Amino acid sequence: MMGGYGDVKLLNDDGTRLDGRTVDEMRPVEIKAGILPAAQGSAWVKHGLNVAVVAVYGPMEAHPRKIQRQDRAVLDVRYNMAPFSTSDRIRPGFNRRSREISKVTAEALESVVLLERYPRSKIRVEIEILAAEAGTRCVGITAASVALADAGIPMRDMVVGIASGKIQDTVVLDLDKAEDNYGQADLPMGICPNTGELVFLQMDGDLSIEEYNLATEYNYKAAAEIHEIMVAALKERYDGGEA
Amino acid sequence: MSQGQNGAELRLVTPGSAIGPTSGRRVGTGALIQGDEIIATRVGHVRERHGTVSVDPVASCYMPRSGDLVIGTVIEARSNLWFLDINGPFQALLPMSLAPWKVEFGGTRDHADINDSLLMRVQEVDEVQNVVATMKGIGLRRLAEGAVLDIDVQHNDALRAEGAGLLKRLRDLSDCRLVLADNGRLWADGDAAGIDWLRSLLRAVAAAGRSDRFEAILDAHAANAPNQGDA
Repeated sequence: MMGGYGDVKLLNDDGTRLDGRTVDEMRPVEIKAGILPAAQGSAWVKHGLNVAVVAVYGPMEAHPRKIQRQDRAVLDVRYNMAPFSTSDRIRPGFNRRSREISKVTAEALESVVLLERYPRSKIRVEIEILAAEAGTRCVGITAASVALADAGIPMRDMVVGIASGKIQDTVVLDLDKAEDNYGQADLPMGICPNTGELVFLQMDGDLSIEEYNLATEYNYKAAAEIHEIMVAALKERYDGGEA
Repeated sequence: MSQGQNGAELRLVTPGSAIGPTSGRRVGTGALIQGDEIIATRVGHVRERHGTVSVDPVASCYMPRSGDLVIGTVIEARSNLWFLDINGPFQALLPMSLAPWKVEFGGTRDHADINDSLLMRVQEVDEVQNVVATMKGIGLRRLAEGAVLDIDVQHNDALRAEGAGLLKRLRDLSDCRLVLADNGRLWADGDAAGIDWLRSLLRAVAAAGRSDRFEAILDAHAANAPNQGDA
């Protein structure tokens, strides 16, 4: 549960945030596609101080056979934070949080991947967070979308992960670590930028309807910006950066 | 934008990109209709031919279809059948009744052992992707010599275009016998120098990722080719 840290100052007197951003400004985003030669598709995403690497393998035969679906493929997503990704060392291996994020990421991506093209098979998506600074699940979703596109997996659209939140009763876009830890609410979303569909939504903390609408507006605006960077990364990989 | 082999502009699209209104056009591979618009489902170049809009993917995996010529690697030999890796999501099954040899029950490994490469055709693919292969046909055999090289499946069309001009150049420059299978494998038989040259060329093509750059990369590598003859 967020909140309860009302005495922590997260906004400057001029209304800007502690890192100098305005309330509707996101952290800088860099994306590269096709960075791992051994994987069918891969992506590297740097979002603020978050760094994620994603590898996609498959489609391949789903094992064990009991997980096979006769009418479609299974999306096997594994989200993992490297032990050195945060200031406190993380115990290696999966934990409840990583299982939860793997599950919700898979569900977000299942909305766009044309799984029915590959019955009985499995597509493996490995998300490795190398550096974490709030919003890693969103970075993982964005990177996974680029890696799936790079692998040639057919999709209806790509998914952009982005979060807004509330600090000091003010709605802000793209929370950093301090804002995430001491803020009042967090609203991560998975947005399909072309169709505008919302395929992933979580909320931590309390938002009024007006605050929710404003946070959603911020997220959609940022999703469009990130989508342009995703497309540019894929064009850079396959078209030498030509538009 | 980049240029296709005939000089036409190639438009690179990404999943979800709008290609244009349907307006009576049919949709081919790599695209689908959403509302009144055709959208891309893969990263690739848009192609419109005879009223059909499709996207030639820049990356894809092999999906077996009936009639495909494939090179498989034996990964399991049972008493009366072989299982083969055909570079796709699923293994292919070769029953001894569809092998070109007279096989005794329990004697499959006498004819094709683990890691042997076989040139086969896909006989049947059912709706849940069970693949049955056959070696009954002209030229289908065990590949006892040469090397099997990996090549991204999306390059096959470029290699076979215009009377397989690129494939012939590859053959002439490498001085190797070549068989291009549909499943992203190329069998090359010749001198070690020719096979090494082919391997380095295909590595460069894989790094570039685009079929329309194949010819340019081939031109760049031609100077180091083992056979400079009249190629």
